[in-house]
Amino acid sequence: MKDKVLMKGTDALAEAAIQAGCRCYFGYPITPQNELPEYMARRMAEVGGVFLQGESEIASINMVLGAAASGVRAMTSSSSPGISLKQEGISFLAAMELPALIVNIMRGGPGLGKIAPNQGDYYQATRGGGHGDYRTPVFAPASIQELYDITMYAFDVADIYRTPVMILGDGMMGQIVEPTICRKRQKIDLPPKDYILDGARKRPSRIIRSLILDTLEMEEHNWKLKRKYDLMRGKLPQHEEFMMADAKLIIVAYGTAARIAKGAVKRARREGLAVGLLRPITLWPFPTQAIQEIAKKVKHFLVFEMSTGQMIDDVLLALGGKAECEFYGRPGGVVPTPMEITRIVGRYWVQKEILG
Amino acid sequence: MKKVFTKPKCLKDIPFHYCPGCGHSIIHRLVAEVIDELKISDCVIGIPPAGCAVLAYNYFDIDMCEAPHGRGCAVATGFKRAQPDKIIFTYQGDGDMAAIGTAETLHAANRGERITAVFVNNAVYGMTGGQMAPTTMIEQKTTTSPFGRRSEVEGYPLLITDLIATLKGPAYVARHSLATPAKILATKKSIKKAFEVQIKGLGFSLVEVLSPCPTNWKLSAVDAYKFLESKMEKEFPIGVLKDVTKRK
Repeated sequence: MKDKVLMKGTDALAEAAIQAGCRCYFGYPITPQNELPEYMARRMAEVGGVFLQGESEIASINMVLGAAASGVRAMTSSSSPGISLKQEGISFLAAMELPALIVNIMRGGPGLGKIAPNQGDYYQATRGGGHGDYRTPVFAPASIQELYDITMYAFDVADIYRTPVMILGDGMMGQIVEPTICRKRQKIDLPPKDYILDGARKRPSRIIRSLILDTLEMEEHNWKLKRKYDLMRGKLPQHEEFMMADAKLIIVAYGTAARIAKGAVKRARREGLAVGLLRPITLWPFPTQAIQEIAKKVKHFLVFEMSTGQMIDDVLLALGGKAECEFYGRPGGVVPTPMEITRIVGRYWVQKEILG
Repeated sequence: MKKVFTKPKCLKDIPFHYCPGCGHSIIHRLVAEVIDELKISDCVIGIPPAGCAVLAYNYFDIDMCEAPHGRGCAVATGFKRAQPDKIIFTYQGDGDMAAIGTAETLHAANRGERITAVFVNNAVYGMTGGQMAPTTMIEQKTTTSPFGRRSEVEGYPLLITDLIATLKGPAYVARHSLATPAKILATKKSIKKAFEVQIKGLGFSLVEVLSPCPTNWKLSAVDAYKFLESKMEKEFPIGVLKDVTKRK
């Protein structure tokens, strides 16, 4: 217990990045994630790393690109409108196969929206987000401990697959304070960074580029990326199952929505409804196989998101019509209570005549 | 037999793809000669732009990293902050430097980033086929200013180098021209100075080079060089705009 400290989401993420060896942070202020760069400004000075406030989100992501190409673990963070601005750079990072961490603490949208927690950027995060045929691994933690652990892991994933990686949180995940164990980095075997640019000393000169004018060479580059994404699809999916053993209705929710759903599951259970929760931890690659396995015995699913419905597409794709699936959402920055979700579950239960 | 003229060592033995009369080949050579003379080919990293010169990495035998259009100075900042002991330079055109990348350029200059920018101004978007650039001159015709640039519609040419010279961060700011062999030699001297300023850690350095684009100017190579001297140098006066090493 004595290892536990109370940590705010943004601070836990920043400290985990430092512990993971991140030594370059570039970012531009935007609510609700400002505590993250503020923490970094102090901490990077202590560990001899680089903190630089860029003149824009666009500049910041391109500074990340330069640092990543230098072989340094680098990251940036922002919130929804800022992430839109970073998409050009993320596309270049994916094309150039450069590792980096991008944190999106989502807020209400579209447009300037509002600064309250929201999950409206699911499509943008899981479908590449910028231009071109690429994907980025996306992690959606639901507790501060998980946020800490996943941040450290995300840097390894970025290095192993040479890819930009995204952590998708929302205003709530950034702001809540929970007991957290600040674990030290577990060293694992990582591939050598034989691509970095550090001056062509005693080796041939190197190029990092995304322009490939030969059509067939460009096609092969796309297939190469695809093979990498397929490898990730096999190895990366993670999810949590809660009270699913005897469940007749499964709620699927991630991040803050999953925390609310967990409360709703407990309440529903008290009322005698056999409800469980499946919480995707990776949003891309999506835990499709896990859902398909569960759909062999459970025939009712309820997707709950703090949006008008985006992840539901991935759930429907996974189910392939093998089970019924309904949706409940609260977009625009509304954070519903577990009681509200319990009422929705109860109504669904009665309407579908799911018998206990 | 003694060789008196050879290709710089840090240029690969690959013919340039640039159009006849284009200034890029000359400027590539000048930068390469400076890298050779300063003996920095094993610690220099170049950032080519989007545009004709994106393929600079095919010619330079040094580490090079492409940047998204306009983001050269931001990418260079990332490199320099991560590796302060390396020599970082960007090679950027007028659109890259003074239109889409204005913010990145001005702020890197204002921070005094220890990087060197080689800014090639040919008053036109070359690779995309001759559209109007931020540096296109009044009455100059381009494919997107077919009636000639009009100040009341398209505004005035942007003298970003002069703007940068007013900032406190830059240590060395100069504008040169390729119009004559003497001016080409002066350009090289200035590029060398800009790199030396970075090596000494004095601040941001920038050399603008007025350069011909005969293809998009729709002039012969000879006439393009005349245009460079008679028209461009009038709009963009050459000279050293800022040099902190000259201060008492």
